[in-house]
Amino acid sequence: MLTALHGRRKLQLFLGLLAGIIFGFLLQKGGVTKYEVIIGQLLLVDFTVVRVMLSAVVVGMLGIHVMKSMNLVNLHPKPDSISAGITGGLIFGVGFATMGYCPGTLVGAVGNGNLDAIAGGLGVILGAGLFASVYGRLQRNILRIEQPKNLTLPELFGVNRWAVVIPAMALIVLLLWWLDGKGFRGL
Amino acid sequence: MDFLTEVRWSPYVVGAGIGVLSWFTFLLSDKAIGCSTAFSRTSGMLGRLLGGRKRIESNPYYRKFPPIIDWEWMLVLGIFIGAVISALLSGDLDPRWIPPSWEARFGASLLSRLAVAFAGGIFVGFGARWAGGCTSGHGISGTMQLTITSWITAVFIFVGGIAAAMLIFGIPESPGV
Repeated sequence: MLTALHGRRKLQLFLGLLAGIIFGFLLQKGGVTKYEVIIGQLLLVDFTVVRVMLSAVVVGMLGIHVMKSMNLVNLHPKPDSISAGITGGLIFGVGFATMGYCPGTLVGAVGNGNLDAIAGGLGVILGAGLFASVYGRLQRNILRIEQPKNLTLPELFGVNRWAVVIPAMALIVLLLWWLDGKGFRGL
Repeated sequence: MDFLTEVRWSPYVVGAGIGVLSWFTFLLSDKAIGCSTAFSRTSGMLGRLLGGRKRIESNPYYRKFPPIIDWEWMLVLGIFIGAVISALLSGDLDPRWIPPSWEARFGASLLSRLAVAFAGGIFVGFGARWAGGCTSGHGISGTMQLTITSWITAVFIFVGGIAAAMLIFGIPESPGV
């Protein structure tokens, strides 16, 4: 593992910027920095967003698990509870459809000239700030976020990671293939 | 290098590119791609700037996610630069305040579009922090790591999003054209 490289703070900030530039470039080329494409996905008439996400997941999944098996990387599964994911996901989804962008694509949208995303971004900052201001009370009374015992599917099933990675990749590829056959070419 | 000046790439090429980019962020930076935490950090920075220094420093959430510029914050900044470069190369940089399909449906009032985008943003920021991640952190990075909560969050983002979009725009008459 490249632990020495990971510890170089300034270089890491530069690598973050570089990764962001590539990410933003790809998002714009994929068209997902556009309101019409995001709303088209949520109205189920244009499956660009799902195609981008699932192909990223299937390619990413293969590489990071190969590297994990070679002990080249650490994985970082988020420790959030399932109930927080459901509630937060639903709230997020409502905002996603209303704004027409998500936190990453809104920044790319501004770069693409879709300036209404600036108002959206200010809203996201306010929303995140509001969450921080109620977090203490929320955590005590409602969330009681506890880290789930098993964070990942291989841990839950108690199996080797490849016993999940290979079927999951096959399922995603099948889903993409099925979506392609259905048309959904775009607005 | 003609492909650099194309307006759109195949979504599979774009997705595969994001997947490969993830390999490198894990390998070189020990990080998963994610975007919403940077907005949370920015809210803390602004709070501090606006005179709430003590409140920010004693807030348990900002203790967990301190308002500092980190790898992910730089990633989000980079997204802007990358999108500008891509749009400039393809001549797709077309500054506008109101999306065409919004204008066709709700009219050309700038204030109403900005107000709705801002309100939607509040939900996105609040929901992303509640869930612990967004479309990238949970939806792409979490799912590729086979994180249970991430798969569930991704599904519920689309459940909420599809329901809300269909409430706003109505159910489309001819899907899949």
